[in-house]
Amino acid sequence: MTQNFTQGTWSDAIDVRDFIQKNYTPYTGDDRFLVGKSPKTENVWDKAKSLIEEEIEKGIIGIDTTVFSGINNYKPGYLSKENEVIVGFQTDEPLKRIMNPYGGFRMLEASLEAYNYDICDDMSKDFQTYRKTHNEGVFDAYTTEMKTARSVGLLTGLPDAYGRGRIIGDYRRIALYGTDRLIAEKKKDFKALEAKPATEQVIRLREELSMQIRALKEIAEMAISYGDDITKPATTAKEAIQFFYYGYLSAVKENNGAAMSLGRNTTFLDIYIERDLRAGLITEAEAQELIDQLVIKLRMVRHLRTPDYNTLFAGDPTWVTESIGGMGTDGRTLVTKTAFRFLHTLINLDPAPEPNMTVLWSRALPENFKRFCAKMSIDTGAIQYENDDLMRPIYGDDYGIACCVSPMRIGKDMQFFGARANLGKALLYSMNEGREELKRQKDGQPMVILQDIHALTSVDPDGRESLSYDEVMPAFKRVMDKLAGLYVNTMNTIHFMHDKYAYESGQMALHDSEVRRYIAFGIAGLSIVADSLSAIKYAKVRPVRDEHGIAMDFVIEGDFPAFGNDDDRVDTIATEVVTYFSDQLKKHETYRNSEQTLSVLTITSNVVYGKKTGATPDGRGKGEPFAPGANPMHGRDKLGALASLNSVSKLPFENVCQDGISNTFSIVPAALGRTEGDRLTNLAGLLDGYFAKGAFHLNVNVMSRALLIDAMENPSKYPTLTIRVSGYAVHFNRLTREQKEEVIMRTFHERV
Amino acid sequence: MRTGKLHSIETMGLVDGPGIRTVFFLQGCPLKCQYCHNPDSQSFMGSNEITVEDVVQTARRYREYYQVTGGGVTFSGGEPLMQGAFLVEALAALKAEGISTCIDTSGYGQSHYYEAIFKLTDHLLVDIKHTRNDAHKVLTGRDMTGIRHFIKALRSFEGTITIRHVMVPGSTDRPEIMAELLAMIEPIQKKVDKIDILPYHKAGVEKYSQLNLSYTFESVPEMSPERAAEFERSINEALRASKERAAEVTVIEGNGYQLSA
Repeated sequence: MTQNFTQGTWSDAIDVRDFIQKNYTPYTGDDRFLVGKSPKTENVWDKAKSLIEEEIEKGIIGIDTTVFSGINNYKPGYLSKENEVIVGFQTDEPLKRIMNPYGGFRMLEASLEAYNYDICDDMSKDFQTYRKTHNEGVFDAYTTEMKTARSVGLLTGLPDAYGRGRIIGDYRRIALYGTDRLIAEKKKDFKALEAKPATEQVIRLREELSMQIRALKEIAEMAISYGDDITKPATTAKEAIQFFYYGYLSAVKENNGAAMSLGRNTTFLDIYIERDLRAGLITEAEAQELIDQLVIKLRMVRHLRTPDYNTLFAGDPTWVTESIGGMGTDGRTLVTKTAFRFLHTLINLDPAPEPNMTVLWSRALPENFKRFCAKMSIDTGAIQYENDDLMRPIYGDDYGIACCVSPMRIGKDMQFFGARANLGKALLYSMNEGREELKRQKDGQPMVILQDIHALTSVDPDGRESLSYDEVMPAFKRVMDKLAGLYVNTMNTIHFMHDKYAYESGQMALHDSEVRRYIAFGIAGLSIVADSLSAIKYAKVRPVRDEHGIAMDFVIEGDFPAFGNDDDRVDTIATEVVTYFSDQLKKHETYRNSEQTLSVLTITSNVVYGKKTGATPDGRGKGEPFAPGANPMHGRDKLGALASLNSVSKLPFENVCQDGISNTFSIVPAALGRTEGDRLTNLAGLLDGYFAKGAFHLNVNVMSRALLIDAMENPSKYPTLTIRVSGYAVHFNRLTREQKEEVIMRTFHERV
Repeated sequence: MRTGKLHSIETMGLVDGPGIRTVFFLQGCPLKCQYCHNPDSQSFMGSNEITVEDVVQTARRYREYYQVTGGGVTFSGGEPLMQGAFLVEALAALKAEGISTCIDTSGYGQSHYYEAIFKLTDHLLVDIKHTRNDAHKVLTGRDMTGIRHFIKALRSFEGTITIRHVMVPGSTDRPEIMAELLAMIEPIQKKVDKIDILPYHKAGVEKYSQLNLSYTFESVPEMSPERAAEFERSINEALRASKERAAEVTVIEGNGYQLSA
């Protein structure tokens, strides 16, 4: 039943964008229509909140040790059944976590052990006897070099022992079409493949389509267990939101990917809400109730992780990223009242890190919406912003962000997630003949990680070694050549095995059968590298070598320009490095012909990467944290925030860092302006100006250092304090002490 | 090319005039305010230099921010009006680029440049330290001759003026001081868009010990921001009322009526 909707190509083919364009109502008004939470929501949220607080205290609420992950492997679960307007948990109880063995069994065992849970003996034995995991597959095929690069921390955080994530199913399709129609379309696609010769590619696609069809059936059965028939399209706003959520829910039942993002849904859902409001079927309070309750569910998604993982990515993040706003290619804004309702949950339900609210910013966004976003940033600190004017020309107007900064067209693109390479370490390899600076062999001898990197020869007239830019830069490029080859081959291995042993059939069922695949590489330590090369170029840097000739420290004489001061002398070095590395990555053949992209993003792992990296020529000491993402090193930006933002805005997005460039910005409220009106205008203007410079992303924290220090000492005073780190938000209390200290050390713009 | 003495640059000035502004803090100030937050900017000796070209080059990089917020460049200090020749050239160069200009001053400068400077300035932030001569002298080291002269000179200024006052508890947090402040600016009130009452605070006093200076305001408590806000509300109300009365008078004058002053 598609009553009252304007028909279009969406009626005959799967085309959610066309449905949106033909039926949505742009909203340019202000936030005065918004309402508070309903009594039912209050009831559900009170229970949810105390459970979440209990979890923060205890670390974990529970694990279902009786069954392994799957779309329909768990009985329905409720928190307060009579008050839940939107239903569905991953298992039969809220916050009870799933055992997902397919990424890697050791990871699962380690997690269970860390939390003192036991898996039933037979299950463990049977699984390991009869089933191979992604992790086992990868290690069967890894080369020695790959394993070494991984163990010394040159390549880190690779998804070779857990779910890769970063795939966004088009969950809207379930609400719009119902699973029967989606299955019929997949069957049609399968039929079309029957005529083709059985090449490896065609066989694989046919197998995947069959798995997708089975998954769609399981999603429908799972919905039935909650009493809903989703084989047919949704007929009301409530059904649309519920059906859509079943799609997402099945994704997080089946997979434990690092980032399980939601997509771009507010405009779509608004169509149903708007129609029901006009028909008098619901009130604004009920509309808000639906969104509030959806968001409560999203806040309760959990994955079972090892404590190790949490030191890398603190705070139990799930990256339920929702992309909000943006403009249509026809010039109409995609902001609807439901964009406001979604952001308003930060008030109705207190600030929280999830869902990861991501506003797609355009200069052309309605002024009222800009000011509302600025207000929400100031009041809750829970929003990140990404440049729609930069992405729309490449991806059109129905793309969304996966994880933190990875853009993809919804239902049409997917990516192979690839974590990141430690460029800070790579730079040291160029000075150390490809040898590791910290980790040694058992006999104390240095480990050679990359072959054929020659020793540096530059000396001063006095015969002492002094680093020469003209020698180090080409050596660093040689290191990047080799690193790129190693990295691409490692990623190909990982994703071959992930498709083979841990295929995301439910999520891929909600994609077109022929998808565009990206393979997303990443780097950490960019500002360290740029500053180090700048020091070598503009000051005098002498390495201090140990008995094996490994540079253990550096003596710097003189000044050098640092990244973050809008100084082209060093900013061009940063650009040259990312462009060169991206070009090298693109020279190598990729698995499934995926397109190479690159991100400058660390999340909180900048602390761990720093720990694994020796002293660098910019004056950073051994083991000290890197700056997060593309951020300049704290304390080196001398000209205030906009100079720092300008430096980052020069990093090229299109065709180079096209998997995103993350930048995090903290300011104390008083520095934003003297009155509330000034603060809103200034923050919105700051975003307009920054993105007009071609920048890609900004996390905005409006808070003071003193508050964070107080929160570190008195966590119980700040149960919901949410801060944005790098591409995601986190409950401050869930960070490790080390991460808290690093966050507090970062630059706060506080001049008043 | 003329150069100025520079203390520092702040590229994100959000409280230094309208919109987002690039702030050039010029080095050297004739006043020695006891609560000064930048005591290192007071000396006229040994600073960095900046050329007019540097100012323009830097400002160009933030044009996008100015455009969307009505911002521009602000010269602060130190006391920018002590570098009149440099300021005139820098302001002219910025105007030629279409960049809005603002000066943050205490009104103690090289007065022979005022006229030229005023023609090239869109917005002035005028800091009035005190309304009473003796107290002014104790607080800043100078009597009020300079600021009185400056306010007189402002009659020829055609831009917008924001008055600023740092309120110190036990000293200027009194209605009669506020009345005196209003009276002081009465001749130029038509151009005054608002009066900011900035609560005295101690953030940044560690600079004094770093510079081996004694901080004479050690025992003065911080001003409550809420009380300062209350003073700010009422003085702006009084300013509005005074401007309205003046406007009525102008209308009456225009009609040819005799004023019964």
